[in-house]
Amino acid sequence: MRQRLLYLLPAALFGVLALYFALALTSGRDPSLLPSALIDKPAPDFELAGLDGKDGLTLGALKGQVALVNFFASWCVPCRAEEPLLMRLAEQEHVPVYGIAYKDKPADAQHFLDQLGDPYRRVGLDESGRTGINFGVYGVPETYLIDKTGHIRYRVVGPLTAETVDNELLPRLKRLGAS
Amino acid sequence: MIVELGHYALILALCLAVLQSTVPLWGAARGNLAWMTLGRSTAVAQFVLIAAAFAALIHAYVTSDFSVANVAENSNSAKPLLYKIAGVWGNHEGSMILWVFILALFGAAVALFGDNLPPSLRARVLAVQGMIGTGFLLFILLTSDPFHRLVPAPLEGQGLNPVLQDPGLAFHPPFLYLGYVGFSISFCFAVAALIEGRVDAAWARWVRPWTLAAWCVLTIGIAMGSWWAYYTLGWGGWWFWDPVENASFMPWLAGTALLHSAIVVEKRDALKSWTILLAIVTFSLSLVGTFLVRSGVLTSVHAFAVDPARGSFILLLLLVAIGGSLTLYAARAPQLKGGGIFAPISREGALVLNNLLLCTGCATVFLGTLYPLFSEELGGPKLSVGFPFFDRTFVPLMAPVLIAVAAGPLLAWKRGDLAGALQRLWLALAGTVLVVLVAFYVTGGGPVLAVLGLGLAAWAGLGAVVEWCERIRLIRAPLGESWRRVRAMPRAAHGMTIAHIGLAVTVAGIAASAWQQERIEVVRPGGTLAIAGYVLHFDDVAKVEGGDFTADRADVTVTRGTATIAVLHPEKRFFPQQQATTSVTAIRTNLLADLYLALGDSDGKGGWTLRAYWKPLVPWIWLGAVFMAGGGVVSLSDRRWRIGIAARARAPRGAQPAE
Repeated sequence: MRQRLLYLLPAALFGVLALYFALALTSGRDPSLLPSALIDKPAPDFELAGLDGKDGLTLGALKGQVALVNFFASWCVPCRAEEPLLMRLAEQEHVPVYGIAYKDKPADAQHFLDQLGDPYRRVGLDESGRTGINFGVYGVPETYLIDKTGHIRYRVVGPLTAETVDNELLPRLKRLGAS
Repeated sequence: MIVELGHYALILALCLAVLQSTVPLWGAARGNLAWMTLGRSTAVAQFVLIAAAFAALIHAYVTSDFSVANVAENSNSAKPLLYKIAGVWGNHEGSMILWVFILALFGAAVALFGDNLPPSLRARVLAVQGMIGTGFLLFILLTSDPFHRLVPAPLEGQGLNPVLQDPGLAFHPPFLYLGYVGFSISFCFAVAALIEGRVDAAWARWVRPWTLAAWCVLTIGIAMGSWWAYYTLGWGGWWFWDPVENASFMPWLAGTALLHSAIVVEKRDALKSWTILLAIVTFSLSLVGTFLVRSGVLTSVHAFAVDPARGSFILLLLLVAIGGSLTLYAARAPQLKGGGIFAPISREGALVLNNLLLCTGCATVFLGTLYPLFSEELGGPKLSVGFPFFDRTFVPLMAPVLIAVAAGPLLAWKRGDLAGALQRLWLALAGTVLVVLVAFYVTGGGPVLAVLGLGLAAWAGLGAVVEWCERIRLIRAPLGESWRRVRAMPRAAHGMTIAHIGLAVTVAGIAASAWQQERIEVVRPGGTLAIAGYVLHFDDVAKVEGGDFTADRADVTVTRGTATIAVLHPEKRFFPQQQATTSVTAIRTNLLADLYLALGDSDGKGGWTLRAYWKPLVPWIWLGAVFMAGGGVVSLSDRRWRIGIAARARAPRGAQPAE
């Protein structure tokens, strides 16, 4: 009998997996809210070159403000979807938004911004993806909320949605005293 | 018109697939031979129809028929012909057609070359194949129709990302799919055996060549993808542990385990239910992998979220295919009685160890890929994974694999003599120590782990060579006797040696990457850059006109001492139509190390960013993969797989037709 149960194990494991997929699919819950090992820890240091003729992005440049750092790439479809929300954050809510072009060619990134609008105060190029690795980026897009002291306070994996922005990001920004 | 015919052919193929998944199964249950053989005709007809649909889609691409939505979104008329064709499978809908095309190809192959199979087993295998086909054809027709027309038709298509316009990438997906889908045959055999309730040595002998063939192609496919990343992305990385790569790596790991456990079933009639489970799991991972990372969207959740209808259908498909087969397994596998008994220290024991380690490795990759998505659900420690996770979990798991791979083949079946095996490996051990000492000395005690990795590679590689020499009794016997033994040895044994050496070569390439050097600097024409004993003279940058791009091409003369080694031309290409830039790296290899140059941006003041890497042993990573696949091919040519064919050739004489 115990042996029979053993044979049932693979099917049971798959059942759990399938259940999870089904939940993720139907709940409508935003699966993109993924905690980070770096929450409440200092953001990893980085120093990135900028797009043609523009300043690059360093961690130092963010100090003293509550800022959003958004990893994006021109080859990523969900990044296009969240672009209007970033524009809204930057223009209407006056949140400093910084971009890191993850594993992207400079010209592609530039074209992407020309096409969809540029919500970023500055853009850093992470062509090698190393900064992304240091941040623990799971895939693009990903957005990090960094406070005045350079600590990561919140992380959104996947495209921003209106709900995440209104219910999660904006209240936190307010609490941390975004100017 | 041709497009509509293609669509129609797909619908017909679906009808045939439904027929194929039911009638032969019924026939096998009732012992009705006519119903059983129906599967053969439908499998072949299905292949012809899907080939026609595939050809129709290729035709639409080649003629740039932008009234087809799929073509308009993924092609344009200025593309070279090769990339117009490659564009067919460069997107979700088209790649699904390629998927079912390959599925039908394998189905037809079983139907045509499966003469040596018992009719009932063949009927059941083809029926299960038909079920998979039904699922996928339904998926294509209901949610991912590539033949959808646009009204009005746009004048020009949107094109394909220039980064993807590369011969390496054009052939990468077909190879991967051949591998993924090839495992569907092992899956069908496993499910058919469960229905049949019988697994024996003959079954393993039928399954092994299919698994081996799929595995070889998948090995090449993965190597191609990694090589492509290496030479096009312009920073010399060759593996990123990202979900797309992991999706292809997991079936490979499980498939490798399957390959080895099937040997035990064939030779010793043991590990039956485990092998069946592996066959199911391998194909399931291919399925999950194909779907988790659909069409350029990185994480699985995003992929599912893109189109809920598609997501639900996929889930349903996975549920039926994987859930169904595993339930069948739970019900039937306990009745499969294992035959051979063996001691822990034996060839079987070594293969079990190989299986345990490979499966654990596969599970780690699976967890690493999905854990970030599960972490919230499980309430466990919150972590995100990347290189560090895989370096700490997967890599150490592979060390014992490499240690065991040398000793395993020297152990006897049933009960082995480990001490004796190790004794015979003394030469390999001595060689390993030598390699470690030399590496330690040359690199000045460089990263200990990398030196150890090199040592493991030497051990595995030399172990394989020693085992081969032992078999032919080199030196111990006169040369003529050794040569006779080489020729008498089954090809599968040679194949194993080659594949194991390939593994060692790949591992050596990976370990040595710890010693790579890199220089990233802004240089002006006339300037120089020194790396790894070479001096790079940055002579000039010139504008070059290509077909649909313009390029900045640098002339870099490489010298060592007073000798000129090479003139390299790293390029940056600009595609005005897509407003995109790609870099063309210049790689100089001598098979022991690569000198790798990529041209970066101009600083606008006459200087250019030049990225130079020196990468020792890096070509070995792919060379090893070629060896592994080559070993597989040699093993496939073993005469014991062809016994059935010989039997068929004799058959007509026995059964003279009545005239």
